[in-house]
Amino acid sequence: MRGEKFAIGIDVGSTAVKLVLISGDRKVAHFAVEPTDPRISEQASRLIREAREKAGEEVPVVATGYGRKLVREKAREVTEISCHARGAFHFLGREGTLIDIGGQDSKVISVGEGGTVLDFVMNDKCAAGTGKFLENAAVRLRLSVEEMGDIAAGTREEVSISSTCTVFAESEIVSLIAQGTDVPSIVRGLHRALVKRVVAMARTLTVAPPVMLSGGVAKNRGIQQILSEEVGLEVLIPEDPQITGAVGAALFGLDT
Amino acid sequence: MSVLSYIVSYSIAGKLLLRARRLRDSRSLSRARWDTSLIAPPLKISAWTKELISRHYLKGRYVEGIKPVAWVTSGAPVEFLTALGLCVLYPENHAALCGTRRVVEELSEAAESKGYSRDLCSYARADIGALLTGKTPVGKLPRPDLLVACTNICQTVLYWYRVLAEHFRVPLVVIDTPFIYEEATPQAVEYVKIQIEQAITTAEKVAGRKLSWSRLTRTLELSREAVVLWGEVLSRGRHVPSPISVFDQFIHMAPVVEMRGEEETVRFYRALLDEVEQRIRKGMSAVRNEKKRVLWDNLPIWYRLRALAERLAARGIAIVASTYTNAWAQLSDLMDPSRPVESMARVYLSPILNRGAGYKLSLMKEMVREYSLNGVILHSDRSCKPYSIGQVDQRKLLTRELGVPALLLEADHADPRSFSEEQVFSRLDSFAEMLGA
Repeated sequence: MRGEKFAIGIDVGSTAVKLVLISGDRKVAHFAVEPTDPRISEQASRLIREAREKAGEEVPVVATGYGRKLVREKAREVTEISCHARGAFHFLGREGTLIDIGGQDSKVISVGEGGTVLDFVMNDKCAAGTGKFLENAAVRLRLSVEEMGDIAAGTREEVSISSTCTVFAESEIVSLIAQGTDVPSIVRGLHRALVKRVVAMARTLTVAPPVMLSGGVAKNRGIQQILSEEVGLEVLIPEDPQITGAVGAALFGLDT
Repeated sequence: MSVLSYIVSYSIAGKLLLRARRLRDSRSLSRARWDTSLIAPPLKISAWTKELISRHYLKGRYVEGIKPVAWVTSGAPVEFLTALGLCVLYPENHAALCGTRRVVEELSEAAESKGYSRDLCSYARADIGALLTGKTPVGKLPRPDLLVACTNICQTVLYWYRVLAEHFRVPLVVIDTPFIYEEATPQAVEYVKIQIEQAITTAEKVAGRKLSWSRLTRTLELSREAVVLWGEVLSRGRHVPSPISVFDQFIHMAPVVEMRGEEETVRFYRALLDEVEQRIRKGMSAVRNEKKRVLWDNLPIWYRLRALAERLAARGIAIVASTYTNAWAQLSDLMDPSRPVESMARVYLSPILNRGAGYKLSLMKEMVREYSLNGVILHSDRSCKPYSIGQVDQRKLLTRELGVPALLLEADHADPRSFSEEQVFSRLDSFAEMLGA
């Protein structure tokens, strides 16, 4: 692979670190996804070293995500907003509204020509409306986050979770269980609560179709289904939604 | 004793020392802590600003028993109090100062532990905390003899000042200003006029003298002059690149708020205008590498001025105008010294916060055009509900109707506990990328 032009994009999120090595023809040559380690710099260095070994020494690194400052090898930092927009456009080739539900925040981005950002809103004050909301509930229900999505997608029964607060929602789950409510209908209700929160935020922008979904939570079938219901539009999802931001970062790397 | 200490500590030694410090400061700008590779060095007038503010609070420290003291809200008709010779203190400005000195958290906690909700304005919490603990960065606040609360900025002041009235057991004058949806009706003007007349009667009793109408007229003239000059200073921000940023405006707005109607305030703003014009002639810009120009809506984030200024300047973003600093420049054409009370009624009915959200939107649109702006930052201020309500719609309409990118930034004007540094900077970085800066 030596001699070709490459770039590395690394997205250091609160839950996972995603790295992508992209070639000059904008193909993903290598990628890695790991849970975020508290020693971010060391983890990023190791992942970058492995990717560089595959490509050659001089591969530029563009860092994004909350831990981007801790990536020592970076040639440039770009925010997740720009990277997700660019990555989603790369995969889907569409302008529209991109929703990214991350581990600790969620974002809605109006994507323009070529993956430029026309407008955005973020929720970062509260865990409700983020992946954390489901993670928390999963612990209480003794389920894995992956199972949760399939359970939510696999039922039509649903209870309403009225609390919009992650902590109070957990108490609500406890009382629903105590009342003998089915776990799947609680799970679907939780997904609805999360999606409603994100859609309410999206409506503060002009929601232009198509609606696209990226970030780790996009792999969740329950979220996909309920989001489509709530916005009344088809939801497009990139090939591998979790690495969308890292791909966007790598594409910025190819520019330089 | 108190007369002696007022004369010695304030009138003689205090004033002299502060003047000496101003002379020393004005010779040396090396004390600047802001990164001057990104931002122009502080305006030379900063030394004078510091002298004015220090003297204001020093006077407050020794004035008890010498002159009657009035505590007033930031939008209160102050000219009759000044004309009556009262020493006027602004708890909101004091709280803002506590914000810049980063003591609001401690003061707030003192208020909260006595049952004041954290949802209450952080200015109110800081001042009530200062009252309860006796702690203040200015040494000591004078005990009021009169309280004047005007509801043209919010309804919180009504309850806040009732708390003060109960605490100090002094008269409280409330000037109630009906909300203006379109234009002030003659009835609204008359209603406020009558209240100001009644307030004058109460203040005369507290001052122990009759109001001299010629002094009131003179005070209004001076007030108007300062306001007009302040407006001139702000309008120089239209120059590209701008010689002055909102961060300069936030720092140098204190005199037009708390020392309106004084001769020195007029001289001060004349000097500031001169200095800003000199900057234009020299081609000096507030942000060294101005690439994009932005409007700021709402109050400043007092405890992070420097961090915000530097972060934005590093990307070539200059915030050159603000609806907040503009509020004190907007009222000049309503001030009419020949009809003092009626014109005061009109002036104090008209602040931006006493008008509809649609009015603020149209003002922002006008400012975007006049100042050649590329974007708008709307500070959603947890403490200031009247200023923040409507911002979600205003943001959407600015984007849709003017095609100007706009960002909603959640924080608080004085309480750092409502400020998440990483999140705020992450949003600002994303916004900068969106602007192409």
